[in-house]
Amino acid sequence: MKIKVLGTGCAKCKLLYAQAEEAIAAAGIGVELEKVEKLDEIMKYGVMMTPALVIDEQVKASGRIPPAPEIVSWIMTAAAKASA
Amino acid sequence: MPQETYQARTELPADEVSSRRWRRVSRLALVLIGAVGWWLLYRSLDPFAKWFTYDLLKMAAGSRMALAVEFFVFESPKVLMLLALVVFGVGIVRSFFTPERTRRLLAGRRETSGNVLASLLGVVTPFCSCSAVPLFIGFVTTGVPLGVTFSFLIAAPMINEVALVLLFGLFGWKVAALYMGTGLFIAIAAGWVIGRLHLERWVEGWVYETKTGVGQGGDETPLTWNDRARAGRDAVKDIVGKVWPYVLAGIAVGAGIHGYVPQDFMASIMGKGTWWSVPLAVVIGIPMYSNAAGIIPIVQALLGKGAALGTVLAFMMSVIGLSLPEMVILRKVLKIPLILTFAGVVGLGILVVGYLFNIVL
Repeated sequence: MKIKVLGTGCAKCKLLYAQAEEAIAAAGIGVELEKVEKLDEIMKYGVMMTPALVIDEQVKASGRIPPAPEIVSWIMTAAAKASA
Repeated sequence: MPQETYQARTELPADEVSSRRWRRVSRLALVLIGAVGWWLLYRSLDPFAKWFTYDLLKMAAGSRMALAVEFFVFESPKVLMLLALVVFGVGIVRSFFTPERTRRLLAGRRETSGNVLASLLGVVTPFCSCSAVPLFIGFVTTGVPLGVTFSFLIAAPMINEVALVLLFGLFGWKVAALYMGTGLFIAIAAGWVIGRLHLERWVEGWVYETKTGVGQGGDETPLTWNDRARAGRDAVKDIVGKVWPYVLAGIAVGAGIHGYVPQDFMASIMGKGTWWSVPLAVVIGIPMYSNAAGIIPIVQALLGKGAALGTVLAFMMSVIGLSLPEMVILRKVLKIPLILTFAGVVGLGILVVGYLFNIVL
């Protein structure tokens, strides 16, 4: 599974990255975390509010910082979907 | 047999339904208690400020120091309480509007009606100048005309909920409505003019080559009321947590002016009679980057000391609507002539509003 944090380096983007790290640790499964800072990469997801969270190429949240438990539940759903 | 399955199906949710209803009732009660408590506290601020100044500190009634102290002790909690309430409410309202939805509404719009709609949406769509660039690219590459995009970009920061509610709280609904009406007018007119001028050549070339993903982009997860309430709470923590020092500083300056500056001091510099005060107010306002919360107490003090309303409105719009940092951010996607045109057209609109109110009122 791959999680991307989209954002051009604003303060909130760093917060979201930290939140994602925490969620991954809590989920306890192998997840690859990546920071996407290039504008044209970000635009490919059609995101107009940064930061945004992308799990397996799906935009899960944009313009807000979802709490870690919410991210964990997304990770779990994505993991279930991937193994099915 | 079917009867039985029906039974089994309703029985389990019945529990769920009642607990859900209970949760809803208790949430409603909580909101009600909070609202009543807020109101009672708000009403007691004035007597408290008087008691604090004249009974506790035993200051002489009518002295300058006493006036300044009373002003500060009354205004600071009042403005902060209004701010918290409004930011919370707007945080919830904004959870219903996403830039993605706004973009869909605006894509392919004809210019004039598009300018009007974009300005109105600019008021309610969440916007932060830090994401002005992705928003700009997202709009112009998916069929929102350049002028319409500008209407949005002008309205979004200028007609700001914090400004509106503080104006309402401190000066009444007329001034708030005036600010909103003229702000919308400037956003619509300036966007329209920029659209007419066909300035697409001054947008950085790579912008139009960017492939913007459509259909995705929005928040994928539907929000519950809990999420919305949390959005409101987060907005309060974020915005009030950031602006309170500016608000207090603004009120302190206001208190100083209130107590120590003679009643008609500002009339000579910022009164109706001085024609150059409006352009000067606009020019001073551009590099000043303050949020609405910090500027309004100063505005209040200026008005109270005889400054003309048009001049003060122009100053405020210039501070909030024409910000240097935002122009620097937009430089990534716009060539300098377009940024200057943008600033010029908006500045001109603010000038017109300033003069208009000085003449009419």
